[in-house]
Amino acid sequence: MGDIKKVATRMAFGEALTQIGAREDIVVMDADLTKSTMTNLFQKVYPKRHINCGIAEGNMISTAAGLASCGKTVFAASFAMFSTGRAFEQVRNSVAYPHLNVKIVGSHAGLTVGEDGATHQCIEDVALMRAIPGMVIVSPADATETHAAVRAIADYKGPVYLRVSRLAMPVLFDPDSYQFTLGKGHIMRDGSDVTIIGAGLLLHEGVKAADMLAGEGISVRLVDMATIKPIDSELIIESAKKTGAIVCVEEHNVIGGLGGAVAEVLGQNYPVPMEIVGVADQFGRSGKPEALLDAYHMSAPYIVGKVKRVLERKQK
Amino acid sequence: MDNKTALKLSVIAAKAKKNALRGIYESQSGHPGGSMSVMDILVTLFFSEMNVDPKNPHDPKRDRFVLSKGHCAPGLYGVLAERGFFETAACAGFRTIDSCLQGHPDMKSVSGVDMSTGSLGQGVSAANGMALAGKLDGAGYRVYVATGDGELQEGQVWEAAMFSAQYKLDNLTLFVDNNGLQIDGDIAGIMNPAPIAEKYRAFGWNVLEIDGHDYHQIADAIQKAKAEKGRPTAVVCKTIKGKGISYMEDRAEWHGKAPNKEEYETAVAELDARIAELEGQING
Repeated sequence: MGDIKKVATRMAFGEALTQIGAREDIVVMDADLTKSTMTNLFQKVYPKRHINCGIAEGNMISTAAGLASCGKTVFAASFAMFSTGRAFEQVRNSVAYPHLNVKIVGSHAGLTVGEDGATHQCIEDVALMRAIPGMVIVSPADATETHAAVRAIADYKGPVYLRVSRLAMPVLFDPDSYQFTLGKGHIMRDGSDVTIIGAGLLLHEGVKAADMLAGEGISVRLVDMATIKPIDSELIIESAKKTGAIVCVEEHNVIGGLGGAVAEVLGQNYPVPMEIVGVADQFGRSGKPEALLDAYHMSAPYIVGKVKRVLERKQK
Repeated sequence: MDNKTALKLSVIAAKAKKNALRGIYESQSGHPGGSMSVMDILVTLFFSEMNVDPKNPHDPKRDRFVLSKGHCAPGLYGVLAERGFFETAACAGFRTIDSCLQGHPDMKSVSGVDMSTGSLGQGVSAANGMALAGKLDGAGYRVYVATGDGELQEGQVWEAAMFSAQYKLDNLTLFVDNNGLQIDGDIAGIMNPAPIAEKYRAFGWNVLEIDGHDYHQIADAIQKAKAEKGRPTAVVCKTIKGKGISYMEDRAEWHGKAPNKEEYETAVAELDARIAELEGQING
Protein backbone atom coordinates (compact mmCIF):
# COMPACT_ATOMS: atom_id res chain seq x y z
CA MET A 1 0.00 0.00 0.00
CA GLY A 2 2.94 2.28 0.68
CA ASP A 3 3.56 3.12 -2.98
CA ILE A 4 0.01 4.29 -3.77
CA LYS A 5 0.14 7.98 -4.60
CA LYS A 6 -1.84 10.07 -2.12
CA VAL A 7 -2.72 13.70 -2.75
CA ALA A 8 -5.07 15.98 -0.84
CA THR A 9 -7.66 17.71 -3.00
CA ARG A 10 -6.59 21.04 -1.45
CA MET A 11 -3.10 20.39 -2.82
CA ALA A 12 -4.51 19.58 -6.25
CA PHE A 13 -6.55 22.77 -6.04
CA GLY A 14 -3.43 24.85 -5.41
CA GLU A 15 -1.55 23.12 -8.22
CA ALA A 16 -4.43 23.49 -10.67
CA LEU A 17 -4.76 27.19 -9.91
CA THR A 18 -1.10 27.67 -10.58
CA GLN A 19 -1.37 25.79 -13.87
CA ILE A 20 -4.12 28.06 -15.16
CA GLY A 21 -2.66 31.10 -13.44
CA ALA A 22 -1.25 32.64 -16.59
CA ARG A 23 -4.78 33.78 -17.31
CA GLU A 24 -4.62 37.47 -16.38
CA ASP A 25 -8.28 37.54 -15.33
CA ILE A 26 -7.66 35.11 -12.47
CA VAL A 27 -7.30 36.64 -9.00
CA VAL A 28 -6.83 34.43 -5.94
CA MET A 29 -7.84 35.59 -2.48
CA ASP A 30 -7.12 34.04 0.87
CA ALA A 31 -7.74 34.85 4.53
CA ASP A 32 -4.46 34.05 6.23
CA LEU A 33 -4.55 30.32 5.47
CA THR A 34 -2.46 30.28 2.31
CA LYS A 35 -0.32 27.37 3.43
CA SER A 36 -3.39 25.33 4.36
CA THR A 37 -5.66 26.09 1.41
CA MET A 38 -2.55 25.82 -0.78
CA THR A 39 -3.14 29.12 -2.54
CA ASN A 40 0.47 29.78 -1.58
CA LEU A 41 1.43 27.77 -4.69
CA PHE A 42 -0.29 30.36 -6.87
CA GLN A 43 1.12 33.16 -4.74
CA LYS A 44 4.69 32.07 -5.41
CA VAL A 45 4.22 32.34 -9.18
CA TYR A 46 1.71 35.18 -9.40
CA PRO A 47 2.22 37.32 -6.28
CA LYS A 48 0.47 40.40 -7.68
CA ARG A 49 -2.74 38.51 -8.33
CA HIS A 50 -2.76 36.81 -4.94
CA ILE A 51 -4.58 38.93 -2.39
CA ASN A 52 -4.26 38.05 1.27
CA CYS A 53 -7.21 39.62 3.09
CA GLY A 54 -6.11 38.74 6.59
CA ILE A 55 -8.51 37.05 8.95
CA ALA A 56 -11.65 38.68 7.56
CA GLU A 57 -13.60 36.24 5.44
CA GLY A 58 -16.74 38.33 5.03
CA ASN A 59 -14.69 41.22 3.72
CA MET A 60 -12.83 38.83 1.40
CA ILE A 61 -16.03 37.61 -0.24
CA SER A 62 -17.52 41.07 -0.80
CA THR A 63 -14.16 42.29 -2.14
CA ALA A 64 -14.17 39.31 -4.49
CA ALA A 65 -17.57 40.49 -5.72
CA GLY A 66 -16.15 43.91 -6.55
CA LEU A 67 -13.22 42.37 -8.42
CA ALA A 68 -15.57 40.09 -10.35
CA SER A 69 -17.79 43.03 -11.28
CA CYS A 70 -14.74 44.43 -13.10
CA GLY A 71 -14.17 41.28 -15.13
CA LYS A 72 -11.96 39.23 -12.83
CA THR A 73 -12.38 35.50 -12.27
CA VAL A 74 -11.90 35.28 -8.53
CA PHE A 75 -11.07 32.25 -6.39
CA ALA A 76 -11.63 33.11 -2.71
CA ALA A 77 -10.37 30.45 -0.36
CA SER A 78 -10.55 29.68 3.34
CA PHE A 79 -11.59 26.76 5.47
CA ALA A 80 -15.10 25.65 4.49
CA MET A 81 -16.33 26.69 7.92
CA PHE A 82 -15.37 30.28 7.27
CA SER A 83 -15.76 30.77 3.51
CA THR A 84 -19.32 29.42 3.57
CA GLY A 85 -20.24 29.76 7.25
CA ARG A 86 -18.70 32.96 8.55
CA ALA A 87 -19.20 34.63 5.18
CA PHE A 88 -22.54 33.08 4.28
CA GLU A 89 -24.41 36.31 3.96
CA GLN A 90 -21.68 37.93 1.88
CA VAL A 91 -21.72 34.91 -0.44
CA ARG A 92 -25.48 35.19 -0.68
CA ASN A 93 -25.86 38.93 -1.13
CA SER A 94 -22.56 40.23 -2.55
CA VAL A 95 -21.82 37.31 -4.88
CA ALA A 96 -24.79 35.10 -5.64
CA TYR A 97 -27.58 37.66 -5.91
CA PRO A 98 -25.75 39.59 -8.65
CA HIS A 99 -24.47 36.25 -10.07
CA LEU A 100 -20.86 37.38 -10.01
CA ASN A 101 -17.95 35.29 -11.20
CA VAL A 102 -16.55 34.26 -7.83
CA LYS A 103 -15.43 30.76 -6.90
CA ILE A 104 -15.82 30.26 -3.19
CA VAL A 105 -13.37 27.62 -2.07
CA GLY A 106 -13.86 25.71 1.15
CA SER A 107 -10.88 23.62 2.16
CA HIS A 108 -10.68 21.41 5.24
CA ALA A 109 -14.32 20.45 4.76
CA GLY A 110 -15.93 17.74 6.87
CA LEU A 111 -14.76 15.70 9.84
CA THR A 112 -11.38 14.72 8.37
CA VAL A 113 -9.97 18.09 9.38
CA GLY A 114 -9.26 15.83 12.35
CA GLU A 115 -7.52 17.19 15.38
CA ASP A 116 -8.84 20.77 15.16
CA GLY A 117 -12.24 19.48 16.23
CA ALA A 118 -15.82 20.64 15.86
CA THR A 119 -15.24 24.40 15.46
CA HIS A 120 -13.33 23.72 12.25
CA GLN A 121 -15.12 20.60 11.00
CA CYS A 122 -17.67 22.06 8.62
CA ILE A 123 -20.50 19.63 7.92
CA GLU A 124 -23.04 22.24 6.89
CA ASP A 125 -21.33 23.95 3.94
CA VAL A 126 -23.09 22.06 1.17
CA ALA A 127 -26.48 22.67 2.78
CA LEU A 128 -25.72 26.38 3.12
CA MET A 129 -24.49 26.77 -0.45
CA ARG A 130 -27.20 24.54 -1.90
CA ALA A 131 -29.92 26.79 -0.49
CA ILE A 132 -28.62 29.82 -2.41
CA PRO A 133 -30.34 30.32 -5.78
CA GLY A 134 -28.04 29.73 -8.74
CA MET A 135 -25.04 28.49 -6.77
CA VAL A 136 -23.05 25.68 -8.40
CA ILE A 137 -21.41 23.19 -6.03
CA VAL A 138 -18.51 20.92 -6.88
CA SER A 139 -17.03 18.38 -4.48
CA PRO A 140 -14.21 16.49 -6.19
CA ALA A 141 -13.01 13.17 -4.81
CA ASP A 142 -9.38 13.07 -5.86
CA ALA A 143 -6.53 15.07 -7.32
CA THR A 144 -7.39 14.25 -10.93
CA GLU A 145 -10.98 15.33 -10.52
CA THR A 146 -9.93 18.47 -8.64
CA HIS A 147 -7.62 19.51 -11.46
CA ALA A 148 -10.39 19.02 -14.00
CA ALA A 149 -12.97 20.74 -11.80
CA VAL A 150 -10.81 23.82 -11.23
CA ARG A 151 -10.37 24.24 -14.98
CA ALA A 152 -14.08 23.75 -15.59
CA ILE A 153 -15.24 26.24 -12.99
CA ALA A 154 -12.65 28.79 -14.11
CA ASP A 155 -14.31 28.65 -17.54
CA TYR A 156 -17.83 28.86 -16.13
CA LYS A 157 -19.14 32.41 -15.60
CA GLY A 158 -20.92 32.60 -12.27
CA PRO A 159 -20.75 31.72 -8.61
CA VAL A 160 -19.41 28.30 -7.66
CA TYR A 161 -18.61 26.61 -4.38
CA LEU A 162 -15.63 24.25 -4.57
CA ARG A 163 -15.26 21.87 -1.63
CA VAL A 164 -11.84 20.34 -0.97
CA SER A 165 -10.30 18.33 1.83
CA ARG A 166 -7.28 18.42 4.07
CA LEU A 167 -6.50 14.72 4.05
CA ALA A 168 -4.24 13.15 1.40
CA MET A 169 -6.12 10.38 -0.40
CA PRO A 170 -5.30 7.93 -3.20
CA VAL A 171 -5.75 9.12 -6.77
CA LEU A 172 -8.86 7.37 -8.10
CA PHE A 173 -8.95 8.62 -11.66
CA ASP A 174 -6.43 8.42 -14.47
CA PRO A 175 -5.49 11.95 -15.51
CA ASP A 176 -4.98 10.80 -19.10
CA SER A 177 -8.50 9.48 -19.57
CA TYR A 178 -10.69 11.17 -16.96
CA GLN A 179 -13.32 13.56 -18.31
CA PHE A 180 -15.10 16.00 -16.02
CA THR A 181 -18.33 17.67 -17.07
CA LEU A 182 -19.81 20.31 -14.81
CA GLY A 183 -23.32 19.22 -13.82
CA LYS A 184 -22.81 15.56 -14.69
CA GLY A 185 -22.17 12.58 -12.48
CA HIS A 186 -20.39 9.58 -13.86
CA ILE A 187 -20.65 5.83 -13.39
CA MET A 188 -17.35 4.51 -12.00
CA ARG A 189 -18.49 0.92 -12.18
CA ASP A 190 -21.82 -0.52 -13.14
CA GLY A 191 -23.97 -2.93 -11.15
CA SER A 192 -27.55 -4.06 -10.79
CA ASP A 193 -28.52 -4.51 -7.12
CA VAL A 194 -27.94 -1.09 -5.63
CA THR A 195 -26.41 2.30 -6.50
CA ILE A 196 -23.93 4.01 -4.22
CA ILE A 197 -23.74 7.73 -5.00
CA GLY A 198 -20.83 9.54 -3.45
CA ALA A 199 -18.93 12.79 -3.62
CA GLY A 200 -15.72 14.14 -2.21
CA LEU A 201 -13.56 12.33 0.25
CA LEU A 202 -16.16 9.78 1.30
CA LEU A 203 -16.37 8.42 -2.24
CA HIS A 204 -13.17 6.56 -1.33
CA GLU A 205 -15.09 4.72 1.39
CA GLY A 206 -17.81 4.05 -1.16
CA VAL A 207 -15.24 2.38 -3.42
CA LYS A 208 -14.06 0.19 -0.56
CA ALA A 209 -17.64 -0.70 0.34
CA ALA A 210 -18.41 -1.64 -3.26
CA ASP A 211 -15.38 -3.96 -3.24
CA MET A 212 -16.52 -5.55 0.02
CA LEU A 213 -20.05 -6.00 -1.31
CA ALA A 214 -18.77 -7.54 -4.55
CA GLY A 215 -17.09 -10.18 -2.41
CA GLU A 216 -20.49 -11.03 -1.02
CA GLY A 217 -22.07 -11.26 -4.45
CA ILE A 218 -23.85 -7.88 -4.28
CA SER A 219 -23.61 -5.95 -7.53
CA VAL A 220 -23.08 -2.23 -6.95
CA ARG A 221 -23.37 0.61 -9.39
CA LEU A 222 -20.97 3.26 -8.10
CA VAL A 223 -21.65 6.85 -9.10
CA ASP A 224 -19.32 9.79 -8.58
CA MET A 225 -21.53 12.84 -8.17
CA ALA A 226 -18.84 15.51 -8.06
CA THR A 227 -21.29 18.25 -9.04
CA ILE A 228 -23.81 18.43 -6.22
CA LYS A 229 -25.63 21.39 -7.74
CA PRO A 230 -27.06 21.41 -10.31
CA ILE A 231 -27.52 17.74 -9.54
CA ASP A 232 -27.54 15.19 -12.38
CA SER A 233 -31.21 14.20 -12.01
CA GLU A 234 -31.15 12.13 -15.15
CA LEU A 235 -28.43 9.83 -13.84
CA ILE A 236 -30.11 9.54 -10.43
CA ILE A 237 -33.47 8.56 -11.93
CA GLU A 238 -31.85 6.17 -14.39
CA SER A 239 -29.91 4.56 -11.52
CA ALA A 240 -33.08 4.26 -9.44
CA LYS A 241 -34.85 2.55 -12.32
CA LYS A 242 -31.99 0.19 -12.94
CA THR A 243 -31.02 -0.81 -9.39
CA GLY A 244 -34.13 0.04 -7.35
CA ALA A 245 -32.18 1.20 -4.30
CA ILE A 246 -29.74 4.04 -3.55
CA VAL A 247 -27.24 4.79 -0.81
CA CYS A 248 -25.63 8.24 -0.69
CA VAL A 249 -22.26 8.69 0.99
CA GLU A 250 -20.89 12.10 1.95
CA GLU A 251 -18.71 13.74 4.55
CA HIS A 252 -21.44 16.17 5.58
CA ASN A 253 -24.46 16.37 7.81
CA VAL A 254 -27.13 13.96 6.54
CA ILE A 255 -29.39 17.03 6.35
CA GLY A 256 -29.14 19.24 3.28
CA GLY A 257 -26.17 17.74 1.49
CA LEU A 258 -25.75 15.29 -1.39
CA GLY A 259 -28.20 12.88 0.23
CA GLY A 260 -30.77 15.62 0.51
CA ALA A 261 -30.28 16.58 -3.12
CA VAL A 262 -30.69 12.98 -4.29
CA ALA A 263 -33.73 12.49 -2.04
CA GLU A 264 -35.36 15.56 -3.57
CA VAL A 265 -34.89 14.12 -7.05
CA LEU A 266 -36.09 10.63 -6.12
CA GLY A 267 -39.06 11.78 -4.05
CA GLN A 268 -40.38 13.96 -6.83
CA ASN A 269 -39.64 11.66 -9.74
CA TYR A 270 -39.03 8.00 -9.01
CA PRO A 271 -39.14 7.04 -5.32
CA VAL A 272 -37.05 4.02 -4.38
CA PRO A 273 -35.66 3.05 -0.96
CA MET A 274 -32.61 5.14 -0.12
CA GLU A 275 -30.20 5.60 2.77
CA ILE A 276 -27.73 8.33 3.59
CA VAL A 277 -24.31 7.77 5.10
CA GLY A 278 -23.00 10.97 6.65
CA VAL A 279 -22.75 12.81 9.93
CA ALA A 280 -25.96 12.02 11.83
CA ASP A 281 -26.86 15.61 12.74
CA GLN A 282 -24.24 16.04 15.42
CA PHE A 283 -21.03 18.02 15.85
CA GLY A 284 -17.62 16.54 15.20
CA ARG A 285 -14.77 16.16 17.67
CA SER A 286 -10.98 15.98 17.74
CA GLY A 287 -9.26 12.85 16.57
CA LYS A 288 -7.44 11.17 13.69
CA PRO A 289 -9.43 11.39 10.46
CA GLU A 290 -9.76 7.63 10.05
CA ALA A 291 -10.82 7.22 13.67
CA LEU A 292 -13.45 9.91 13.19
CA LEU A 293 -14.94 8.21 10.13
CA ASP A 294 -15.31 5.04 12.21
CA ALA A 295 -16.62 6.85 15.27
CA TYR A 296 -19.27 8.62 13.20
CA HIS A 297 -20.21 5.42 11.34
CA MET A 298 -19.13 6.66 7.94
CA SER A 299 -16.34 4.27 6.95
CA ALA A 300 -16.75 1.43 4.46
CA PRO A 301 -18.15 -1.21 6.86
CA TYR A 302 -20.94 1.16 7.82
CA ILE A 303 -21.69 1.86 4.18
CA VAL A 304 -21.94 -1.90 3.68
CA GLY A 305 -24.42 -1.99 6.57
CA LYS A 306 -26.55 0.74 5.02
CA VAL A 307 -26.50 -1.06 1.66
CA LYS A 308 -27.79 -4.22 3.30
CA ARG A 309 -30.49 -2.25 5.02
CA VAL A 310 -31.61 -0.60 1.78
CA LEU A 311 -31.62 -3.98 0.03
CA GLU A 312 -33.93 -5.36 2.73
CA ARG A 313 -36.27 -2.44 2.20
CA LYS A 314 -36.08 -3.00 -1.56
CA GLN A 315 -37.22 -6.63 -1.14
CA LYS A 316 -40.39 -5.65 0.76
CA MET B 1 -16.86 75.03 -8.63
CA ASP B 2 -18.55 78.30 -9.61
CA ASN B 3 -21.78 79.45 -8.00
CA LYS B 4 -23.87 78.93 -11.11
CA THR B 5 -22.79 75.30 -11.35
CA ALA B 6 -23.65 74.80 -7.69
CA LEU B 7 -27.07 76.32 -8.28
CA LYS B 8 -27.65 74.01 -11.24
CA LEU B 9 -26.71 71.00 -9.15
CA SER B 10 -29.16 72.19 -6.50
CA VAL B 11 -31.93 72.18 -9.09
CA ILE B 12 -31.02 68.66 -10.18
CA ALA B 13 -30.97 67.51 -6.56
CA ALA B 14 -34.45 68.91 -5.98
CA LYS B 15 -35.73 67.13 -9.09
CA ALA B 16 -34.05 63.88 -8.05
CA LYS B 17 -35.63 64.21 -4.61
CA LYS B 18 -39.01 64.51 -6.31
CA ASN B 19 -38.27 61.32 -8.28
CA ALA B 20 -37.29 59.52 -5.10
CA LEU B 21 -40.31 60.65 -3.10
CA ARG B 22 -42.65 59.82 -5.98
CA GLY B 23 -41.58 56.17 -5.84
CA ILE B 24 -41.76 56.00 -2.06
CA TYR B 25 -45.19 57.61 -2.06
CA GLU B 26 -46.63 55.45 -4.84
CA SER B 27 -45.46 52.19 -3.28
CA GLN B 28 -45.99 53.46 0.28
CA SER B 29 -42.63 51.94 1.07
CA GLY B 30 -38.99 52.98 1.16
CA HIS B 31 -36.41 55.14 2.90
CA PRO B 32 -36.76 58.88 2.36
CA GLY B 33 -34.58 60.27 5.18
CA GLY B 34 -31.21 58.94 4.04
CA SER B 35 -32.11 59.38 0.38
CA MET B 36 -32.44 63.11 1.05
CA SER B 37 -29.31 63.39 3.20
CA VAL B 38 -27.01 61.71 0.64
CA MET B 39 -28.52 63.47 -2.38
CA ASP B 40 -26.09 66.37 -2.74
CA ILE B 41 -23.16 63.96 -2.70
CA LEU B 42 -24.78 61.78 -5.38
CA VAL B 43 -25.63 64.73 -7.59
CA THR B 44 -22.11 66.15 -7.37
CA LEU B 45 -20.62 62.79 -8.31
CA PHE B 46 -22.95 61.95 -11.18
CA PHE B 47 -23.26 65.47 -12.64
CA SER B 48 -19.92 67.12 -12.12
CA GLU B 49 -17.33 64.43 -11.58
CA MET B 50 -17.85 60.82 -12.59
CA ASN B 51 -16.99 59.54 -16.03
CA VAL B 52 -20.18 57.63 -16.80
CA ASP B 53 -22.24 57.36 -19.97
CA PRO B 54 -25.89 56.29 -19.84
CA LYS B 55 -25.53 55.04 -23.42
CA ASN B 56 -22.59 52.81 -22.46
CA PRO B 57 -23.29 51.92 -18.82
CA HIS B 58 -20.91 48.95 -18.74
CA ASP B 59 -17.87 50.72 -20.19
CA PRO B 60 -14.90 49.06 -18.44
CA LYS B 61 -13.15 52.44 -18.22
CA ARG B 62 -16.02 54.19 -16.40
CA ASP B 63 -15.83 55.46 -12.85
CA ARG B 64 -17.78 53.30 -10.38
CA PHE B 65 -20.23 54.15 -7.65
CA VAL B 66 -21.37 51.84 -4.86
CA LEU B 67 -24.28 52.84 -2.64
CA SER B 68 -23.29 50.81 0.39
CA LYS B 69 -26.27 52.27 2.25
CA GLY B 70 -28.44 50.48 -0.27
CA HIS B 71 -31.74 51.32 1.43
CA CYS B 72 -31.28 54.81 0.00
CA ALA B 73 -31.96 53.36 -3.45
CA PRO B 74 -34.73 55.91 -4.12
CA GLY B 75 -32.11 58.65 -3.94
CA LEU B 76 -29.81 56.82 -6.33
CA TYR B 77 -32.62 55.98 -8.74
CA GLY B 78 -33.75 59.58 -8.66
CA VAL B 79 -30.27 60.73 -9.70
CA LEU B 80 -29.74 57.99 -12.30
CA ALA B 81 -33.05 58.96 -13.91
CA GLU B 82 -32.05 62.63 -14.07
CA ARG B 83 -28.70 61.58 -15.52
CA GLY B 84 -30.51 59.70 -18.30
CA PHE B 85 -29.94 56.06 -17.34
CA PHE B 86 -33.69 55.49 -17.52
CA GLU B 87 -36.93 57.48 -17.79
CA THR B 88 -37.84 59.56 -14.75
CA ALA B 89 -41.36 58.11 -15.00
CA ALA B 90 -39.90 54.70 -14.07
CA CYS B 91 -39.24 56.04 -10.55
CA ALA B 92 -42.97 55.83 -9.86
CA GLY B 93 -42.77 52.04 -10.09
CA PHE B 94 -40.21 51.72 -7.29
CA ARG B 95 -40.72 48.60 -5.16
CA THR B 96 -43.63 47.33 -7.25
CA ILE B 97 -43.93 43.89 -8.80
CA ASP B 98 -43.35 44.75 -12.46
CA SER B 99 -40.59 47.31 -11.90
CA CYS B 100 -36.85 46.76 -12.21
CA LEU B 101 -36.38 49.29 -9.40
CA GLN B 102 -36.00 46.87 -6.52
CA GLY B 103 -36.28 47.95 -2.90
CA HIS B 104 -32.49 47.86 -2.76
CA PRO B 105 -30.18 48.37 -5.78
CA ASP B 106 -29.86 45.40 -8.14
CA MET B 107 -26.94 45.74 -10.56
CA LYS B 108 -28.43 43.09 -12.81
CA SER B 109 -31.63 44.96 -13.51
CA VAL B 110 -30.86 48.68 -13.32
CA SER B 111 -28.60 50.51 -15.73
CA GLY B 112 -26.11 52.64 -13.82
CA VAL B 113 -26.04 50.51 -10.68
CA ASP B 114 -22.52 49.13 -10.31
CA MET B 115 -23.09 46.83 -7.32
CA SER B 116 -26.06 45.17 -5.69
CA THR B 117 -26.29 46.40 -2.13
CA GLY B 118 -28.71 46.60 0.74
CA SER B 119 -27.19 44.35 3.34
CA LEU B 120 -25.26 46.99 5.26
CA GLY B 121 -21.50 46.90 5.56
CA GLN B 122 -20.67 45.10 2.32
CA GLY B 123 -20.40 47.97 -0.13
CA VAL B 124 -17.00 49.31 0.89
CA SER B 125 -15.53 45.83 0.47
CA ALA B 126 -17.03 45.61 -3.02
CA ALA B 127 -15.70 49.07 -3.83
CA ASN B 128 -12.27 47.91 -2.64
CA GLY B 129 -12.50 45.03 -5.11
CA MET B 130 -13.29 47.43 -7.93
CA ALA B 131 -10.45 49.74 -6.94
CA LEU B 132 -8.05 46.80 -6.69
CA ALA B 133 -9.13 45.58 -10.13
CA GLY B 134 -8.34 49.03 -11.46
CA LYS B 135 -4.87 48.87 -9.89
CA LEU B 136 -4.22 45.38 -11.28
CA ASP B 137 -5.28 46.48 -14.77
CA GLY B 138 -3.51 49.83 -14.63
CA ALA B 139 -6.91 51.41 -15.39
CA GLY B 140 -7.44 55.06 -14.55
CA TYR B 141 -11.00 54.89 -13.30
CA ARG B 142 -11.98 55.95 -9.80
CA VAL B 143 -14.32 54.24 -7.37
CA TYR B 144 -16.74 56.09 -5.11
CA VAL B 145 -18.72 54.57 -2.28
CA ALA B 146 -21.23 56.02 0.17
CA THR B 147 -22.00 54.57 3.57
CA GLY B 148 -24.33 55.65 6.31
CA ASP B 149 -23.01 56.50 9.74
CA GLY B 150 -25.14 53.88 11.46
CA GLU B 151 -23.69 51.45 8.92
CA LEU B 152 -20.28 52.00 10.54
CA GLN B 153 -21.56 49.77 13.35
CA GLU B 154 -21.07 46.81 10.98
CA GLY B 155 -17.66 45.24 11.65
CA GLN B 156 -17.08 44.52 7.98
CA VAL B 157 -16.78 48.26 7.33
CA TRP B 158 -13.60 48.25 9.43
CA GLU B 159 -12.28 45.06 7.85
CA ALA B 160 -12.71 46.92 4.58
CA ALA B 161 -11.04 50.04 6.00
CA MET B 162 -7.95 47.99 6.83
CA PHE B 163 -7.96 46.48 3.35
CA SER B 164 -8.19 49.82 1.51
CA ALA B 165 -5.19 51.15 3.40
CA GLN B 166 -3.20 47.90 3.16
CA TYR B 167 -3.55 47.84 -0.62
CA LYS B 168 -3.01 51.62 -0.93
CA LEU B 169 -6.26 52.15 -2.82
CA ASP B 170 -5.83 55.85 -3.58
CA ASN B 171 -8.34 55.45 -6.42
CA LEU B 172 -11.07 54.95 -3.80
CA THR B 173 -13.09 57.71 -2.17
CA LEU B 174 -15.55 56.97 0.62
CA PHE B 175 -18.33 59.35 1.61
CA VAL B 176 -19.79 58.87 5.08
CA ASP B 177 -23.31 60.30 5.17
CA ASN B 178 -23.10 61.44 8.77
CA ASN B 179 -26.69 62.47 9.46
CA GLY B 180 -26.51 61.21 13.04
CA LEU B 181 -29.68 59.15 12.93
CA GLN B 182 -30.52 55.52 12.31
CA ILE B 183 -33.82 53.67 12.25
CA ASP B 184 -34.04 53.30 16.03
CA GLY B 185 -32.93 56.83 16.78
CA ASP B 186 -29.77 58.80 17.54
CA ILE B 187 -26.66 56.83 16.53
CA ALA B 188 -24.78 58.19 19.54
CA GLY B 189 -27.34 56.69 21.88
CA ILE B 190 -27.55 53.32 20.13
CA MET B 191 -23.96 52.40 19.30
CA ASN B 192 -21.79 55.41 18.80
CA PRO B 193 -19.34 55.19 15.88
CA ALA B 194 -17.77 58.56 16.81
CA PRO B 195 -15.19 59.84 16.39
CA ILE B 196 -15.53 58.81 12.76
CA ALA B 197 -12.78 60.95 11.24
CA GLU B 198 -10.27 59.92 13.90
CA LYS B 199 -11.08 56.27 13.36
CA TYR B 200 -10.40 56.49 9.63
CA ARG B 201 -7.17 58.40 10.29
CA ALA B 202 -6.12 55.68 12.67
CA PHE B 203 -6.85 53.13 9.94
CA GLY B 204 -4.41 54.92 7.65
CA TRP B 205 -6.78 56.92 5.50
CA ASN B 206 -6.64 60.47 4.25
CA VAL B 207 -9.64 62.08 5.94
CA LEU B 208 -11.61 65.19 5.04
CA GLU B 209 -14.51 66.63 7.02
CA ILE B 210 -17.07 68.70 5.15
CA ASP B 211 -20.63 69.94 5.02
CA GLY B 212 -22.32 67.28 2.89
CA HIS B 213 -24.83 69.78 1.54
CA ASP B 214 -22.28 72.30 0.26
CA TYR B 215 -21.46 71.61 -3.40
CA HIS B 216 -18.26 73.62 -3.28
CA GLN B 217 -16.99 71.56 -0.36
CA ILE B 218 -18.06 68.25 -1.90
CA ALA B 219 -16.41 69.05 -5.22
CA ASP B 220 -13.29 70.30 -3.47
CA ALA B 221 -13.08 67.09 -1.42
CA ILE B 222 -13.33 64.99 -4.58
CA GLN B 223 -10.41 66.89 -6.12
CA LYS B 224 -8.32 66.55 -2.96
CA ALA B 225 -9.00 62.83 -2.91
CA LYS B 226 -7.90 62.54 -6.53
CA ALA B 227 -4.65 64.28 -5.70
CA GLU B 228 -3.92 62.03 -2.73
CA LYS B 229 -1.36 59.31 -3.46
CA GLY B 230 -0.84 56.02 -1.68
CA ARG B 231 -3.89 55.97 0.54
CA PRO B 232 -7.67 56.06 0.24
CA THR B 233 -9.71 59.09 1.20
CA ALA B 234 -12.69 59.18 3.53
CA VAL B 235 -14.90 62.24 3.31
CA VAL B 236 -16.94 62.52 6.49
CA CYS B 237 -19.96 64.55 5.48
CA LYS B 238 -22.07 66.32 8.08
CA THR B 239 -25.58 65.99 6.72
CA ILE B 240 -29.21 66.38 7.74
CA LYS B 241 -31.53 63.43 7.49
CA GLY B 242 -34.55 64.30 5.36
CA LYS B 243 -32.73 67.39 4.01
CA GLY B 244 -34.95 69.72 2.04
CA ILE B 245 -38.30 68.43 3.28
CA SER B 246 -39.29 70.58 6.26
CA TYR B 247 -41.13 68.00 8.32
CA MET B 248 -38.56 65.24 7.67
CA GLU B 249 -35.40 67.14 8.59
CA ASP B 250 -33.38 65.65 11.42
CA ARG B 251 -36.12 63.22 12.40
CA ALA B 252 -35.31 59.51 12.73
CA GLU B 253 -38.94 58.52 12.15
CA TRP B 254 -38.42 59.37 8.46
CA HIS B 255 -35.71 56.74 8.09
CA GLY B 256 -38.02 54.21 6.55
CA LYS B 257 -41.51 55.66 6.34
CA ALA B 258 -43.57 56.70 3.35
CA PRO B 259 -45.38 60.05 3.32
CA ASN B 260 -49.16 60.09 3.17
CA LYS B 261 -50.95 62.07 0.45
CA GLU B 262 -50.89 65.37 2.31
CA GLU B 263 -47.27 64.95 3.34
CA TYR B 264 -46.28 63.98 -0.19
CA GLU B 265 -48.01 67.02 -1.66
CA THR B 266 -46.31 69.25 0.90
CA ALA B 267 -42.93 67.80 -0.02
CA VAL B 268 -43.52 68.29 -3.74
CA ALA B 269 -44.69 71.86 -3.14
CA GLU B 270 -41.57 72.62 -1.10
CA LEU B 271 -39.30 71.14 -3.76
CA ASP B 272 -41.11 72.96 -6.57
CA ALA B 273 -40.76 76.22 -4.67
CA ARG B 274 -37.07 75.48 -4.20
CA ILE B 275 -36.60 74.77 -7.90
CA ALA B 276 -38.38 78.01 -8.86
CA GLU B 277 -36.25 79.97 -6.40
CA LEU B 278 -33.01 78.41 -7.69
CA GLU B 279 -33.94 78.94 -11.33
CA GLY B 280 -34.68 82.53 -10.50
CA GLN B 281 -31.18 82.88 -9.07
CA ILE B 282 -29.63 81.16 -12.08
CA ASN B 283 -31.48 83.37 -14.56
CA GLY B 284 -31.23 86.49 -12.45
